[in-house]
Parts: sequence; structure tokens; C-alpha cells
Amino acid sequence: MALLEASSVVAGYGETEILHGVSIAVNTGEIVTIIGPNGCGKSTLMKAIVGLVRIRAGSVHFRGVDISDQDPEQTVRSGLCYVPQTDNVFPSMTIRENLEIGAFVRRDDYQFRIDEMFELFPDLQRSARLKAGTLSGGQRQMLAIARALMLDPVLLLLDEPSAGLAPALVEGVFKRIRDINGTGVSILLVEQNARESLRISDRGYVLSGGVNQLQDTGPALLDSPEVGRVYLGG
Amino acid sequence: MSLVSSRPQNFARTSRRYLRRIGLRMSPGRISALLAAGLLILGFLPFIKLGLVVNGLILGSVIALGAIGLTLVYGILKLGNFAHGDYMAFGAYVAFFIVDGVLPRVGIEGAGLGPFTFGFPVLIALPLSAMVVALGAIALDLLIYRRLRDRGASTAILMMASLGVAIAIRGLVQLIWTGNTQHYPRESRQVFHLPMDVRIPPDGMFVALVAVILVAGVYLLLTYTKMGKAMRATSDNPTLALVSGINTKQVVWWTWGIGGALAAIAGVLLAVVQAQLLPIMGWKFLIPLFAAVILGGIGNPYGALIGALVVGVSMELSTQWINPSYKPAVAFAIMIGVLLARPRGIFGDAQ
Repeated sequence: MALLEASSVVAGYGETEILHGVSIAVNTGEIVTIIGPNGCGKSTLMKAIVGLVRIRAGSVHFRGVDISDQDPEQTVRSGLCYVPQTDNVFPSMTIRENLEIGAFVRRDDYQFRIDEMFELFPDLQRSARLKAGTLSGGQRQMLAIARALMLDPVLLLLDEPSAGLAPALVEGVFKRIRDINGTGVSILLVEQNARESLRISDRGYVLSGGVNQLQDTGPALLDSPEVGRVYLGG
Repeated sequence: MSLVSSRPQNFARTSRRYLRRIGLRMSPGRISALLAAGLLILGFLPFIKLGLVVNGLILGSVIALGAIGLTLVYGILKLGNFAHGDYMAFGAYVAFFIVDGVLPRVGIEGAGLGPFTFGFPVLIALPLSAMVVALGAIALDLLIYRRLRDRGASTAILMMASLGVAIAIRGLVQLIWTGNTQHYPRESRQVFHLPMDVRIPPDGMFVALVAVILVAGVYLLLTYTKMGKAMRATSDNPTLALVSGINTKQVVWWTWGIGGALAAIAGVLLAVVQAQLLPIMGWKFLIPLFAAVILGGIGNPYGALIGALVVGVSMELSTQWINPSYKPAVAFAIMIGVLLARPRGIFGDAQ
């Protein structure tokens, strides 16, 4: 069984149904990307998996356990960490405090993990006592990812990590994602930057209108004329 | 040469950094506002009775205890709690019940402890009343506010609900203890005379001391404990707190517990400095509380502390020129002024 398996997930907000039965899977060690037009339900799928949006039908299994109706707090403890697209740091807290909150459910002395994060993102160490709200977009994104990594997650969910970043920084973000994957963390990625994200992905899904459209390996989707025309800008 | 000239700069930088760490960022606008306020105060100094400043600081420390709880509840629950003043009054009356109805039965009575007008029983009643109101605040959340939140109620609905709670609590207090003036058993005591015609009632020193200890306690809790950090994180970004594994239900309980306990103690202290209890005492205190919270930037506990001292001193100083019964109007004027000129409060961050 796959590490994460979402089958026929139906979810939405209030009266609106956004996902009409989406199925995806992430195997151990993979980078998987979900692409699709605005409003196709990519972010909603992420929130449904984490437990921020209630799942109305279908199921989500993580490490073989049904987490469909679980509180986010429980899901996080089982090793699934999530980085939202926006508002993904605690602005009035320092960088170090943000990392401490990331380690909130750890029972051990997590100082070594903070040091590891500073090694991975040296920029953060230099400004460890600054408030997260004062950081630039790129640094903030790094802090958001570092916060989620504090728990040594098995699977990391990243919602548009390159959104709003200067083009020069985008490449760096994807390189970091690959580095993180290299340490054994499986990654599920939602991206507008379809070309760059598919390039580093083992597999990819195309969502459209709240249902699965296509799925294939990363390179195959990159080469697919249909995907190229619609999502990669020719 | 360069060493010498860099020193003041270093000092400026480190002090700026320190202020930023405790949540007070110094922007040019803010510095000039503080300078203007400072000059204004300096200009008025020859006309100011220092004794009134002392009274103001005592009143301000009572306001601070209420305002810190109010601002924490707002930050974490997005609830402007109109019942906070009545939590204070209820706390004062619970202490009255303990002092007047319970402790005498086990032979603990008395007033005029050392230099203070009140007796040992008030010291026993203080923590007990704090506990009762803390638990009561948590119970009210489970009974009312949590249900409303779970249904996705708006901020306005929550505030209206708290208004209902305020009226209900006041009614309950009147029902149990009548609308008549009550007071803790007291014996009159000499005030301390200091130079420059400053008179400090010993009770006022007690009030200020308790406030300082509790405010320091809240600061340590918020800055260094795991629950304190979880509270600040939840106040900053509730969703991210949830997906960081923080048990936000527990955070809500702690917030109400701390807010309720501080309110109860503020109520008892208010009853001590005013030398009387009235069912309306908490409701009347609501305007100074909100003025302090808004002045300090809603949701910022350190801002609320400073806001409380400013409001308290302003209220007392005003009695030099205008009728003391207009004191709440002074607080109200400060609140309106801040809302018009700087709705984020002096220490609120631009967002």
C-alpha cells in the first residue's frame, strides 16, 4: 500500500463542493506534484488530507491508517506535516520560536533539530532572533518549510512553495525540495510553476474541475503535448 | 575615532533590537509620537499634582490586570468580551462571600492587617476567588462560546453573546448579594506621607505590588513556557497552530483560565481601593479596560499594560481640572482618540 492514499475524496466549503472524487497516491520516497488550473481544488485537496477541511465522502489513508476524520493535531503527530501557501509562519514570534512551535509535539530535546535546520537554511540562523513578520518572501518560505521539518515528517505537503517569489529564488526553492527529499522525506507538492515542479517530480497528477484529469511520471507529463499546451504555456 | 563614533549607533541598534524583541518596534512616526507625548507631559509637570500620578498608577495597575486578560482573550478567540468587567465584579463578590460568609464559620476573621485596611481573610479569598472565576470562565466557554464558534459564528455574534453574559452575571450578583453597597471588613489606617505632598494609601501599595507580580508572571508564562508560546502562536495564526500539533482547545481553556483569574483578582483589588463593592462596579470599569486594550494595540498584552497605566494616570490627573465623576469619560475620550488617529494602537504592528 502506498504511503498516502486518497481515494475518491469529496470535499468543499459550506454549500460549495470543490472536490468531486479525487484519487491520488504517494509512495515512500517519492516527490509527487499536483498541477491544474486555478480553482481546480489543489489546495482544497491538501487541506482535506491534513484535516482542515472535512471529507464528505471517500477516504484518506496514511501509513495504512484511515485519517479521513482525524483532527489535524493527530495527523501531524503521525508524521504528516503541511506548509500552507500563505500565512505559513507566526509573524510576531521570532524565527527560533517558530521552529520551537514546529517541534511542539516532540517529547525529546529538539535543539539538535533546530541546529540541523540552521545548517540547511543558513539565512535563518543569522536572523534567529528576528520576528518572522519582518522576513522577506524567500526567507519566510524557508522558515515555513523548516518549521514543518522540525518533526522529522515522513511526508511533507507543500502548497505552492514558489508562489510570490522572485524568479531568481524559485530555482533555489526547488533545489531545496529535492535536497529534503534526498534525506528520505516523501513530498506532495501543489504548484502553479508546473514546469519546474514536474522536472523534480517522480510522478504528477493533473486536476481539473475537482476531478482527476491525467496522471503519469514527471518527465512524461512534461513531454505530453496536452499538458504542455494547457499548463506549461506552450 | 571610528570606534567612538560607532558606539552611540551600536547602542541605538541594540536598544532598537531589544524593543523589537518584546514587540515594540520603533518607527519614526512612533518615536515622534512618544516624543510629543513626553514634551506634553514635561510641559504640564509644574501644574501636576504628583499625588494624582501615584493614584493613577494604582488605578492603572488594576486596569492592567483586567486589560491583559481581555486582550489575550481577544487575540486568541477573536472575542471582544463585554462580560470581562462583570467577571471582575463577580470575582470581588466571590471573595466577599468567602470573607463574609465562609471564613468566619471556621473562626478566621479580622481586618486591619499591618498597615492595610483589610484583613488576612482577603488574602485567603484572593486566590480562591481567582480559581472560581477561572473555572467559571472556562465553563461559560464550553457552555456558550465554543458552541457558537463551532457553528462558525461571526465576531459580532460572539460579542453580542458576551453582552448577554455580562447582563446575566450582573443580575446574578444582584440576586445573591442585593444591589446595596457592601465592603470587606476594614479598619481605617494612616496613609504614608512622602515629600511633595504625595500621599500613598498602604492598600494602594498592596494593589500595585500584586499587579506587578502577576504581570511579571504573565510575561514569564508567555515568553518562556510551552503553553505560553502555544498561546502566542494561536493568537498569531490559529490554522498554522493547529497543523503544528498544538491542542488549540487546551490553549482556549488556559486563555480563559488566566483571563478569568486576573479579572477576579482585579475585581478584588478594585473593591479594596474603592473600599466598596457594587454590582455595577465591573460594568463601569469596561471602558477603561477597552481604552487600555485599544491604546496598546488589540491582542498585545505588553501594549495593554502600558495602555492601562496611561489610562489610569490620565483618569486620575483629570480630576485636578474636572469633576471626578467624569473619569470614565476621560478613558472614553482616549479610546475614541486612539481609534480615530491610530486604530492599531501605539504598539500595534502595521498589517
